[in-house]
Amino acid sequence: MSLKEQNEKTVFGFWVYLMSDCVLFAGLFAAYAVLWRQAAGGPQAFELANMRFVFVETLILLSSSFMMGLSVVAAHAKKKALAVWLLLSTLALGLAFLGMEAYEFSHLVAERSGPSRSAFLSSYFALVGTHGLHVLAGSLWMISLIVYLARRGFTNSGMRKLAMLSLFWHFLDIIWIFIFTFVYLFGALAL
Amino acid sequence: MDHRLLQNYVFGFAVSVALTFIAFGLTQWHLMSTHEFPPHSFLVPALTALALIQLLVQLVLFLHVGREEKPRLNLLMLLCAGVVVSILVGGTLWIMHNLSHMQEQPSVPFIGNDVTPQAEDD
Repeated sequence: MSLKEQNEKTVFGFWVYLMSDCVLFAGLFAAYAVLWRQAAGGPQAFELANMRFVFVETLILLSSSFMMGLSVVAAHAKKKALAVWLLLSTLALGLAFLGMEAYEFSHLVAERSGPSRSAFLSSYFALVGTHGLHVLAGSLWMISLIVYLARRGFTNSGMRKLAMLSLFWHFLDIIWIFIFTFVYLFGALAL
Repeated sequence: MDHRLLQNYVFGFAVSVALTFIAFGLTQWHLMSTHEFPPHSFLVPALTALALIQLLVQLVLFLHVGREEKPRLNLLMLLCAGVVVSILVGGTLWIMHNLSHMQEQPSVPFIGNDVTPQAEDD
């Protein structure tokens, strides 16, 4: 088997994992869709978040996804320093997103609107929190990849790892589109 | 530089930002008109459509779906996941919607004028 075929097999295996992750998120979205009116006298979806705050969060994650793509382009062009810098900016944007989400969550918990307040908030924290955990895991992975690439350069396995991380990162942005639309925008409509 | 790849990312990013702005703008417009315009009956399908368009844009331009050589195993896996996701989410919404619909009104037949349904009290 050639090196290229081996790489494609590994990336395909990762793709299968991503698709199973889709099913995990589908379950969380379904739970949210069922429970989002069950606020038990606590805060409801339309009073949950500051829309501008979430909009900025969305743009940050989208820009992060774009930086990841640019890094892959730079890596293909064998521009090592540029690719590493772009990865660092991807990471910085990802961490900014996580910081905003942590702020939002801690704010809710401080107002006694934590996940144990109502069925709605449980499903909200489960869905958005699982996405946040994925972003956190992706960030840690990105740190280790940056160290790897900086030390060993764009070897065959370095490029393969970069390809998989970029799939993961773009996938997380796609999940966020749906969280943004169905949790925050639909929430603000007060249907 | 791989120019086609670069073009994909730049174009995908521009379209995604535009779609996000449209979705956010429509919602803000609705909020500023104190939930009157555009109406919910327009916004719900419109926002859903915007999200689905952005999904397709990012799948093709960021994740390069459909660009692989045959056999297209990645595409096949994606379609399988799509089927599972739509059964899971669609099925849940369908069943739970029916369930809550049946719980709204107690199915006690109306007997006479002096019998009032008790659902209003709780």
